[in-house]
Amino acid sequence: MGLNKEQIAQRIAKELEDGFYVNLGIGIPTLVANYIPEGVNVVLQSENGLLGMGPFPFEGDEDADMINAGKQTITKLPGSAIFDSAMSFGMIRAGKIHLTVLGAMEVADNGDIANWKIPGKMVKGMGGAMDLVAAAKNIIVAMQHTNPKGESKLLPKCTLPLTGVHCVKKIVTDLGVFDITEDGFVCIEYAPGVSIDEIKAKTAGRLTIAADVKEITF
Amino acid sequence: MNKVVANADEAIKDIESGATLMLGGFGLCGIPENCISALVRKGVKDLTCISNNAGVDDFGIGLMLQQKQVKKMVSSYVGENAEFERQLLSGELEVELIPQGTLATRCMAAGYGMPAVYLLAGVGTEIAEGKELRTFNGKEYLLEEAFDSDFAIVKAWKGDTMGNLIFKDTARNFNPLMAMAGKITIAEVEELVQPGELDPNFVHVPGVYVHRIFQGSDYEKRIEQRTVRAKA
Repeated sequence: MGLNKEQIAQRIAKELEDGFYVNLGIGIPTLVANYIPEGVNVVLQSENGLLGMGPFPFEGDEDADMINAGKQTITKLPGSAIFDSAMSFGMIRAGKIHLTVLGAMEVADNGDIANWKIPGKMVKGMGGAMDLVAAAKNIIVAMQHTNPKGESKLLPKCTLPLTGVHCVKKIVTDLGVFDITEDGFVCIEYAPGVSIDEIKAKTAGRLTIAADVKEITF
Repeated sequence: MNKVVANADEAIKDIESGATLMLGGFGLCGIPENCISALVRKGVKDLTCISNNAGVDDFGIGLMLQQKQVKKMVSSYVGENAEFERQLLSGELEVELIPQGTLATRCMAAGYGMPAVYLLAGVGTEIAEGKELRTFNGKEYLLEEAFDSDFAIVKAWKGDTMGNLIFKDTARNFNPLMAMAGKITIAEVEELVQPGELDPNFVHVPGVYVHRIFQGSDYEKRIEQRTVRAKA
């Protein structure tokens, strides 16, 4: 029940607007590129130093010098630009990137996010996540609503080390779409086949249901 | 003025144990393969390495980790390396994790002669612990200091004998920033040309920042994640 990963990406793609410069993180966020609505032109940024990221290369055309931030071989589209890592984070910091989509382990109802470290278990590093969440104008988190143990990832307060504070504006999970406001999580859409009661049961943080809540459409 | 050296072994011959090195590259893209091999051959130890990543088990900085040559890594992401994780958990290796943009900007600051910069990344997180905070326009920023590195080792696509460098595609990444930040900067290039052969309008790093340069050889340019689509 609920949305699969592709559908989460497809729903997030509806947030894209013509002219947006967008940074997509690793995992579900990467899939958003497959669902960019017709007539909407966006430029994808890869924080290792590329604006205008294109699809994977055709077999045999892959080039070790042309990768994305997930270290995958990619292509550059006509009109692309290449730059160094300082300029890459400079444009992020300066607010030139309109939207950042990334995954998370936990999100709190005040917009705090944790996605880089599980003390004693996983210490791989934050990569560019801390820079992105600190600076992007608009951050959407794509994630499962609960962890593999069935525990809510939408919390009153993050338990893991923070990546950023008061920064997440919207979350799309397998269960629904949630804005983050001063009142905490506000459910504005629910996934087909998912009840409001299930959303309430699986959301640990403060939750209100929007008066005009509706089913997600694609 | 003679910046050209014969090979990687000559370029790194005065790097001693205990040195602090910057190593260019993002993942395995644009890493100074020849100099890493030479450092492994030389067997210097107790190195502090500033590099966005730490290679994979059998390539890049991973080769230096295998030989236990690294005392401390300063990186933003180190997730692709099992030996790294083992040394970290056993306490053999010290690691300082830094947000990627902060890492890049601390290199940039060094190359621009700025002792420190105020950055937003990490405010309110454990990264901010012990750092000076200052408020500008109602927002808090962290004071981050420029890196101080004995050597910077970078890889460029083309360079001339004056030390001018040009990078290709996303192999640029941290390389120009580190080239500008080292007290001594060593550049290995795929193609070393004579002055006049590079268009000055397209030089990414002016030769003033580069102290030694050589034509590299036998580049493997390993791909970490080979992703392709089928031909239609």
